[in-house]
Amino acid sequence: MSGELAIIAALVLPILICFGIWLAGRVPDLREGVTLVGAAALFVVAIIIAVKVSAGEAVELNLGEAVPGLEFAFRAEPLGALFALVASGLWIVNSFYSIGYMRGNRERNQTRFYMCFAIALLGAMGVAMSANLFTLFVFYEILTLSTYPLVAHKGDANAQRGARIYLMTLLGTSIGFLLVAIIWTGALAGSLDFVPGGLLQQAEGLTPIVASTLLILFAFGVGKAALMPFHFWLPNAMVAPTPVSALLHAVAVVKAGVFTILKISIYIFGEEILNATASREFILGVACFTIVVASLVAMTKDNLKARLAYSTVAQLAYVTCGAMLADPAGFMGGSLQIAAHAVGKITLFMCAGAIYVATGAQNISDMRGLGKRMPLIFIAFFVASLSIIGIPPLAGDWPKYELMQGAADGGMDYVPYVLIVSSLLNIAYLLPIPILALMPPPGSGEPAPYKRPGGAPMLTVAAPCFTALLCFLMFFTIGPISKFLEPATGERIPAVYMTGGEP
Amino acid sequence: MIAFISSLVPEDIAAHAPALLVALPMLMAPLAAFMPNGRLAWILSILATAASLVMAITLLSQVRSIEGGAVISYAMGGWAPDAGIEFRIDALNSMVLLLVTTIGFLAAIFSWPSVKAEIRDAKRAMFYAAYLVCFTGLTGVASTGDAFNLFVFLEISSIATYVLVALGATRDRRALPAAGNYLLMGTIGASFFVVGVGFLYAATGTLNMAELAVRLQDVPDNKAVLAGYAFIVVGLGIKAAMFPLHQWLPNAYAYSPSFVTMFLAATATKVAIYALVRFLFTVFGLEFSFEGSTLIWILMPMGIAAMVACSFQAVFQTDVRRTLAYSSVAQVGYMLLGVSIGTAAGVSAGMFHLVNHALIKGALFMSLAGVVLTYQGTTLNDFKGLGRSAPWTMTAFAIGAVSLIGVPLTAGFQSKYALVTALFEHGWWWAVAVVMFASLLAVVYMGRILEAVFFRAPSNPNKRRQEAPMLILIPLWVLALGNIWVGVQGGFVAGLADDAAAALFIGGAP
Repeated sequence: MSGELAIIAALVLPILICFGIWLAGRVPDLREGVTLVGAAALFVVAIIIAVKVSAGEAVELNLGEAVPGLEFAFRAEPLGALFALVASGLWIVNSFYSIGYMRGNRERNQTRFYMCFAIALLGAMGVAMSANLFTLFVFYEILTLSTYPLVAHKGDANAQRGARIYLMTLLGTSIGFLLVAIIWTGALAGSLDFVPGGLLQQAEGLTPIVASTLLILFAFGVGKAALMPFHFWLPNAMVAPTPVSALLHAVAVVKAGVFTILKISIYIFGEEILNATASREFILGVACFTIVVASLVAMTKDNLKARLAYSTVAQLAYVTCGAMLADPAGFMGGSLQIAAHAVGKITLFMCAGAIYVATGAQNISDMRGLGKRMPLIFIAFFVASLSIIGIPPLAGDWPKYELMQGAADGGMDYVPYVLIVSSLLNIAYLLPIPILALMPPPGSGEPAPYKRPGGAPMLTVAAPCFTALLCFLMFFTIGPISKFLEPATGERIPAVYMTGGEP
Repeated sequence: MIAFISSLVPEDIAAHAPALLVALPMLMAPLAAFMPNGRLAWILSILATAASLVMAITLLSQVRSIEGGAVISYAMGGWAPDAGIEFRIDALNSMVLLLVTTIGFLAAIFSWPSVKAEIRDAKRAMFYAAYLVCFTGLTGVASTGDAFNLFVFLEISSIATYVLVALGATRDRRALPAAGNYLLMGTIGASFFVVGVGFLYAATGTLNMAELAVRLQDVPDNKAVLAGYAFIVVGLGIKAAMFPLHQWLPNAYAYSPSFVTMFLAATATKVAIYALVRFLFTVFGLEFSFEGSTLIWILMPMGIAAMVACSFQAVFQTDVRRTLAYSSVAQVGYMLLGVSIGTAAGVSAGMFHLVNHALIKGALFMSLAGVVLTYQGTTLNDFKGLGRSAPWTMTAFAIGAVSLIGVPLTAGFQSKYALVTALFEHGWWWAVAVVMFASLLAVVYMGRILEAVFFRAPSNPNKRRQEAPMLILIPLWVLALGNIWVGVQGGFVAGLADDAAAALFIGGAP
């Protein structure tokens, strides 16, 4: 398969899947078959693209200009290939999970649900592969619009309110800030392409003030990165069915956001200009603030999904933080966090969904002692929590390590402390959940009986167990992954890198 | 396709295309009035507008035959210009003519189901006659090269429009005061314009616009010219619904027959803006307009005020028609802002948005007509749940809506992008902020409607599933797909706009 064909496949497959789901809408088994086969095919395509990228082959596609200066062009590079791999790979797992969840919960409008999912994946693939800001923006908006019906899926007043906040925040920030920044970049640099080393180096008349303003517009314009104060859409999006929260609000949508931030930092600003931009430190401060405050807010939430949502806000800020460190280790930490947090957080969400399907429980206080009934779920939850906290030998360890390295390299002394505090807060708000469920203190009453006879459907238990295992495996495969990413992030300072083990 | 269609037109006819474009519908109008029933008049008006469309395409290919755009001068009746009336077509005219005739043709096709429902049988033939007269007037304004003749055509179209708006009284009696109000404002606008032309004639002794442009160079500080200038800008500003002279528009759009609303929204203000731009840039010249600071102190603030104030007003309307009407005034603001930048890129962006907005509002008002036809209501409440009962109509509506908002892959995005780029290049950062703010307001007011359409339960679930008839759906989807086409492959329209702007800046044409 040539590079061009691979990209075409990555973009056309989701459309075909969506169409196939629509055709097979009346036969649920066939419909789900379409999703699974399609997701598997998409994953294979993503692997092919990644292999080509790691071999240094050009994977490009140019579909021509919309108007002069605005091109639909795609080019895979390591960062995007990794994001595509994560999104499409976890889509397979999540599809299995969705089948169990949606049927177990007897949700309505399932055909629409699966169709929108496919389109959302199209958005994610497009964002991952885009070769310029215009293409990225187009797919970024496709991702926003296609996930709106998913968030509003329940259709009651609460879901509609959440979905409206979701849409308005994401559209508002993207039109109000991101688009302005994109057009401004175009006017300054005469192009919108992602250029290794930074597009803005070509820009004439880029004063420090303009660069600072641009960076702020970009950072807050990418609402999907959930930087405070534009984070509130994420907790509100939790009205969606859990598979949506799991794949989209832990993987595809939010990761598209932070991926965009990374991509802009590396390919639009570039390490050099970013370092010389004053507002970088401001955004870094905002990211650190977000990490701490979102973690604190998470502690106050008793609703499990809300707690996970705030945890996501905090964890996403890690990536922004890595991007704003503006050195290779920081970029690497941010990139690894995209993958590591994805497998960890999807596990947590899928566990939350499985608990909800089986017992109807949404609040953490109702889950005491539930581990006796659902041991696998809570063990998976435990493992994923440890990964999010960053304890070896689990995947979440590496991004934190790289970020600290990056902070040290860049002389940002306070960032490691923020990360340490964040880890401690993670322990405080995540670990009690599985521990109290598995080992309830003596005297606490029996948990409520299953709402659904037979407990959680088999698929909703198997999927999180699988991703928990992935957290474990990824710890040991991080070497090849970081080698793969290195062309995008740049070489890290060798002395520290050598003593730092083998990430 | 343009080359193919124009190659079908015989040479003799092609040579008289400027005259035929206007004359054919004009001659058909009385014929339509005498038709025994409305259906025949309808077919006649389709034929007339189709003929005009072919002529417009022919003209476009003639203009585009030369790199940079030819200027076609046509002496009416063989009388040489200055004494006789000259029709003068350059890149800008041909673009506007193509727009008006295309919309006119699609509107004519779509009109029948809507007219049948809203106009009494006895009046239908006259209704179509009035439509053709209005169409004649608009094409006339867009092709003439004579200032007084422009006034005549402006009045032809306006008077016909008053009639058309007033005919909405069958559906809603409030159409009568709306038409009265429009008549008053429109007449004031036309009078101002003709007074202005009179001043220019007094100062220069000519009515030919090309000649005016030359002679005005010699009398720059003449007070009569200045007065004429002011009268013309205000007069055309009323016609173009320039803020704050737009008060006639929301009611006229809201209460006239659905078909009329659609046609007017897509063409009438556009043609007035064309005339305004023509006078500002060609007749008076860029220098004059700049030295008088009209662009910066009048057009730009008015444009910005329209964008913000009318977008806000659109947010608070409960009737979807009025929301769209206020949004139209706001969109006029975008065009004026683009023009007021005074650079080729800015004018091009304004013209680009002019075309795109015609596509957008055409599609929106057409689907609205479908809703009026099937549900007899246009309040937000009536729109609830329509997405399920009329998916095709409402999907086209949604395409128009996202295009109005400026979502990528739609026409609205392209022209806003061009506008913002032009603003950045000119250094008007703050105006970018206003454009974006107004776009967000568009998200709010269109989002409200879309949410009601697709995510709310119908307020009256007993109404059965009903799609708009095919005659509405087909032109509607042509326009909706047009929005996507420009959004994905906008090179053609952007090229037209660029050429139009270039024609203004060379200053060759009238």
